[in-house]
Amino acid sequence: MALPSFEQIVRVLSLEDYNTRVVVLGVMALGTASGLIGTFLLLRKRALTADALSHATLPGIAVAFMVMVAMGSDGKSLGGLLLGAFVFGCIGVLGIVGIRKTTRLKDDAAIGIVLSVLFGLGLCLLRIATELPSGSAAGLSGFIFGKASSMVASDALIMAGVALGIAISTIALRKEWTLLCFDEEFAAVQGWPTLLLDVILMAMVAVVTVIALQSVGLVLAVAMLIIPAACARYWTTKITTMLMASALIGCLSGWLGAVVSALVPRMPTGPIIVLICGFWFVVSFILGPNNGLLIRQLTRRRLNRRISMQHILRAMWEVRESEHTSNFSTEDVLPLRSWNKRTVEQLLRRCSKLHFATREPNASWRLTEKGSAEASRIVRNHRLWEVYLITYADIAPSHVDRDADMIEHVLGKSLVAQLEKLLDATGLPDIPDSPHALGGST
Amino acid sequence: MTWSIIDTWIIIIGALCAAGCAIPGTILVLRRMSLMGDAISHTVLPGIAIAFLITGNRDPMAMLIGAVVVGLLTAFLVQTIQSLGNVEAGASMGIVFTVLFAFGLVLMRQAVDHVDIDPDCVLYGSIELAWFDQDPDGWGIPRGAIVNGVMLLANLFVMLLFYKELKITSFDPALAKSQGIQPAFMHYLLMTMTAATAVAAFETVGSILVVAMFIVPPATAYLLTNRYGMMFALAIGISIASAVLGHISAITVPTWFGFSGTSTAGAMAVATGVLFFVAWVASPSQGIVAKQWHRISVRLLVLREDILGILWRLEERGESTVLPEQLSEAIGSPRLLIRFALIGLQKKNAVTKINLHWSLTTSGRDSATKLVRAHRLWEVYLDAHYPQDSNQLHQTAERLEHVTTPEMQSMLGDAKEDPHGSRVPDDT
Repeated sequence: MALPSFEQIVRVLSLEDYNTRVVVLGVMALGTASGLIGTFLLLRKRALTADALSHATLPGIAVAFMVMVAMGSDGKSLGGLLLGAFVFGCIGVLGIVGIRKTTRLKDDAAIGIVLSVLFGLGLCLLRIATELPSGSAAGLSGFIFGKASSMVASDALIMAGVALGIAISTIALRKEWTLLCFDEEFAAVQGWPTLLLDVILMAMVAVVTVIALQSVGLVLAVAMLIIPAACARYWTTKITTMLMASALIGCLSGWLGAVVSALVPRMPTGPIIVLICGFWFVVSFILGPNNGLLIRQLTRRRLNRRISMQHILRAMWEVRESEHTSNFSTEDVLPLRSWNKRTVEQLLRRCSKLHFATREPNASWRLTEKGSAEASRIVRNHRLWEVYLITYADIAPSHVDRDADMIEHVLGKSLVAQLEKLLDATGLPDIPDSPHALGGST
Repeated sequence: MTWSIIDTWIIIIGALCAAGCAIPGTILVLRRMSLMGDAISHTVLPGIAIAFLITGNRDPMAMLIGAVVVGLLTAFLVQTIQSLGNVEAGASMGIVFTVLFAFGLVLMRQAVDHVDIDPDCVLYGSIELAWFDQDPDGWGIPRGAIVNGVMLLANLFVMLLFYKELKITSFDPALAKSQGIQPAFMHYLLMTMTAATAVAAFETVGSILVVAMFIVPPATAYLLTNRYGMMFALAIGISIASAVLGHISAITVPTWFGFSGTSTAGAMAVATGVLFFVAWVASPSQGIVAKQWHRISVRLLVLREDILGILWRLEERGESTVLPEQLSEAIGSPRLLIRFALIGLQKKNAVTKINLHWSLTTSGRDSATKLVRAHRLWEVYLDAHYPQDSNQLHQTAERLEHVTTPEMQSMLGDAKEDPHGSRVPDDT
């Protein structure tokens, strides 16, 4: 694989060549449009319906070609072909709805049936179309895997126009579609025409799919719709931000894909764009701040650390309380929970790092002033909850420990204040006595 | 149409491949995972491309291993992204298979110098040429027939070996787990079967027919039966029928319009669709016709009973005959349906017609008495137990009277008067 020279890179990036210019602008417009409409498609859980839709366009292309040839033209008019594609895409969606509504088959089977049967029909018709005496059907199979290099300026203009139309309708219908995606029943009760909104949404999806046919191809068109939106989901929880992020990712992937395929020989544009989308997905899946893999692992670890720290502090406090000694060894803490010696030692070391405990001579430990304060807070929360459970929930004193053990970490100030009020804290000592024997199983 | 040995072999290969696909397909459809079949048959492509790049030739074993590994990877990634990434199943599938398929296409373009395979062939396959691909000592049996035949036998073997395990994990994974069957193992076994079948079939018939054969014949069978074993049998039968029908129409139908023929794989996919459509419309239990027929016959039954009730109440008021127009107005049903219902009643000898006027016969009066008695007793019962608006009372009783069994009626009591003050007729 020959690396492109510096001059080549500059030429492509500055859009000097006519061909590059057309392709880059076209796929960027496509990426933006599909990113916008794909957001609603993804939220509406229709990802694979769009896949069936794009496969269903193939017979439409063939039929449109044959009709145009029969009418005397050479069948090359892109507008006519795309109109046929659009009509059959809609037929495909209607087929899915029909199968789902009138049989006991579920969505998956309905989608699979429409997708494979209509695509098979498309292949049959394409083969027949190649035999037509006038007109040349050779270019038609380019719609299957996409053939960006065949794009001309007017195609790019159509794509830009469609992108603009999609952007305007997204802005206009943002609120309605959002409601449709998140709470359809509520939208219906509020008097929104949900069916009409749904139809408009799917029609927009069909339009984007159809303009994606030429550059990305019908097998991969669905990727342009769902992957940018799925990426954006990991970066935000706000619909407006998600729309912008999704459009940006779609646009950027389109641009990068077109540039790479212009620079590297034998790189088909459509698949490269999809691979770049896939790359963004992996990045977002791992690094995204909303539900990303890394952030979730980090929060979980942080929570686990905080909880185990609070466990060891309470254990130390309880040992000090029941043994009436300020110095204690690892063995004294060990029976309080089901943990092993190594964990306890690790936790104690971390305690000393945070100045919660200090190591005394002959392998014993002591709570510091700071540790004592923090431990007393946790023990107090724990016991307040225990007293609350015994008083108000009629739970036996021997059974409250476990419940309180889980909730002590998340009791906020206001909840503690409420507990104090409920239990009339004035009558309780600052730190109530434990209602049950301390020390685990002993 | 000229038939040759080539056509016979095309049908045999198509049928073997279709039957092989129907087995994992049935389980996929039952588990509502049909689209995993679609996803995996797409991702066979990168598997094969990688196998090509590593071995440098078309070694079938390497292709099989490559495709199965990538197929399992697809299943695993779909699962992982779905559960770890909070992505809905369909979207997760869409992301994984498109990206892997795109990767396969790029690999193929890059490796175009080394291997003779193009993406179009992945879609269509080359079943028309399969007969020419024979091993020298293969007794004249094409390689495609051997590959697909072996795959069919392997699928049959696995299906029979794990018959009840597959069944129980499909319908009740929790029960399966409590019985010591691992649903996860069965899941990946099914995915392996799917990927292996897809790769065996794709070279001869192309990936599009594989998807059709995975999903459409089992879905058709699902509309025809409620039994697990029967569904396998029907799916296999329907897929074989589609293969035969598909090839025959591929070489005949276009000739009616002056063309020479069309893609056999495509036509077989369309044939599965045609058979599905037939079952959709005409299935004895699930079809549109059967469902509509059932609906209409229930409607006519209710209508006949309503007419009897009206005639009885007219007699109570001293009128004994009625015109169909009056009935149509009183019940609010189209006149045609009223006519059907009246003719039905006439056949049962419940009503007679004198000069366009209809009236009850003695036996009709007996059935009508039973109906009105049930109606009024229901009103009494409802009024006593669920006090409500008296108009509402009539509406509910009007519906219940048609489904009242003698046992139910005996529990409704023995009142003499209904809440509106009308007499409850005695049981005759």
